[in-house]
Amino acid sequence: MSPAFLNFVEIVLNGLMTGVMYSLVALGFVLIFKASGIFNFAQGVMALFAALTLVGLQTGQVPFSHLINAIFGTEIHHWGGGMHTVFAILITMAVMIILAFLIEKIVLKHLVNQEPIILFMATIGLAYFLEGAGDLMWGADVKVLNVGLPSGGSFWWEDVTREWASTGSEYWGMYIDKLDVTATVIALILVTVLTAFSQYTATGRALRAVADDHQAAMSVGISLRTIWVIVWSIAGFVALVAGIMWGSKSGIQFSLSLIALKALPVLILGGFTSIPGAIIGGLIIGVGEKLAEAYVGPLVGGAIENWFAYMLALAFLLFRPQGLFGDKIIERI
Amino acid sequence: MLEVNNIEVVYSHVILVLKGVSLSVPAGGIVALLGANGAGKTTTLKAISNLLHSERGEVTKGNIQFEGSEIQNLSPTELVSSGCIQVMEGRHCFGHLSIEENLMTGAYTRKDGSAAIKQDLEKVYEYFPRLRERKRSQAGYTSGGEQQMCAIGRALMSRPKMILLDEPSMGLAPQLVEEIFEIVKNLNEKEGVSFLLAEQNTNVALRYATYGYILESGRVVMDGDAKELRENEDVKEFYLGVGGEGRRSFRDVKHYRRRKRWLA
Repeated sequence: MSPAFLNFVEIVLNGLMTGVMYSLVALGFVLIFKASGIFNFAQGVMALFAALTLVGLQTGQVPFSHLINAIFGTEIHHWGGGMHTVFAILITMAVMIILAFLIEKIVLKHLVNQEPIILFMATIGLAYFLEGAGDLMWGADVKVLNVGLPSGGSFWWEDVTREWASTGSEYWGMYIDKLDVTATVIALILVTVLTAFSQYTATGRALRAVADDHQAAMSVGISLRTIWVIVWSIAGFVALVAGIMWGSKSGIQFSLSLIALKALPVLILGGFTSIPGAIIGGLIIGVGEKLAEAYVGPLVGGAIENWFAYMLALAFLLFRPQGLFGDKIIERI
Repeated sequence: MLEVNNIEVVYSHVILVLKGVSLSVPAGGIVALLGANGAGKTTTLKAISNLLHSERGEVTKGNIQFEGSEIQNLSPTELVSSGCIQVMEGRHCFGHLSIEENLMTGAYTRKDGSAAIKQDLEKVYEYFPRLRERKRSQAGYTSGGEQQMCAIGRALMSRPKMILLDEPSMGLAPQLVEEIFEIVKNLNEKEGVSFLLAEQNTNVALRYATYGYILESGRVVMDGDAKELRENEDVKEFYLGVGGEGRRSFRDVKHYRRRKRWLA
């Protein structure tokens, strides 16, 4: 095989895996949107918050330490040596569930049957609140998250692919990050579990019922509030997974909340209501932007990667607004 | 079984919709709630089923009792588990769920195990054979009659003692309306389910109901046995569309404009 072709394969593979990372964030959006028609602007911040909490617990940081020190003049930073990663993840999950419960209790409960735009505004408020809370609790410095996932380039794959190149050509093998591969596997498992949950359990059925028609769901005795807590908890869980992946990849910093923006085009492509759509949308965006960067980029001076996804989304909005896999708008005449 | 005592309903704290409505539904009865658009039929039903809350409405006066206990403060979920369920106007099936999934959502509040639920599903299919044929299709793509059947079947899945049926005839062909009402009657006789049904189709409703209430702008203006109402001159004229004295010419406007006696 020629090095040019192998290069192409490498770009596609890396694009696919970047796409998976986008999908992880998009997934959280889809879950909440499906169940409550709310576009949750805070999804990215939830991922950030989850990651911050996780790393804080793991390294044994004292929450609100800056605040406590400022008020009482103390000098506390850490307690002991932190806790085992597994415990930290479990407790972070518990925190996300409590958060879901509070969001329902404090915000959503009062906004039943309001316009979508009002709910959307509420989630923007939530995003700012969470970002501030994360800052206050754990501090604003960039943190390194290491939960023991494999990372770094795979030498094995590099060796294997080097063999594929035609003899005599200068080709040094493909670079694939092991972390990306792990993320892909985890995303696959997550989607399978979520799909099975929503298709085959009574709670999943209730979730879909609520997504279709709030009022009717209430009339048959489905409690919207319970459903919302469940959905926001699941979204919190997905945010945690996304937070772990992104945090391991690029460190935990407040710009992490901006990855939520990259999830937007993914959603427009895949459809706001489809879990598989979020995955495939992510893959298309991932591959698309990497290919565009590699092959079109040099012609226009590069940096296509940053806006390619949005252009693609724009094109989709023009021609297929419900996305590739979004619910068909059923209309009886 | 169901007692509504002099309730007043206000939307958004300002709009007074029901101005003291009282009615009662005996166990095993079919009671019709009649009236024109905007008379307050749906609001009455929603006040009972507690769905008002999500529309910013609230019961400000009076009380509602179901089987002897007050129910205004129950959530819809609690009310459904205690045996009172509403079938909403305009059917409101879950469009993207299959017919069978729709029916299964009705059993959401039940705790008596999947075997009992399966059994009831079979029963619903016996009452509505059409639903069995279409159980795999998405509810959004089924016909209006099938959707109405699905909505009633879904309510049945909760094992109700009482169904609040809101305009089952809406947008259906006369033949289908008869079919639906036959099934309602059947359910009432065989399963002992009581019905409170809001209808604009006074004619059909009074043929199947045992008792009727007529609402006009938020008040009960008349009530009585269905048979009595059917023969009442005023009801005939204003709701059944049969003139008291045969056909009249529009020239006799003065004559034609019969006074609504009960408003005096």
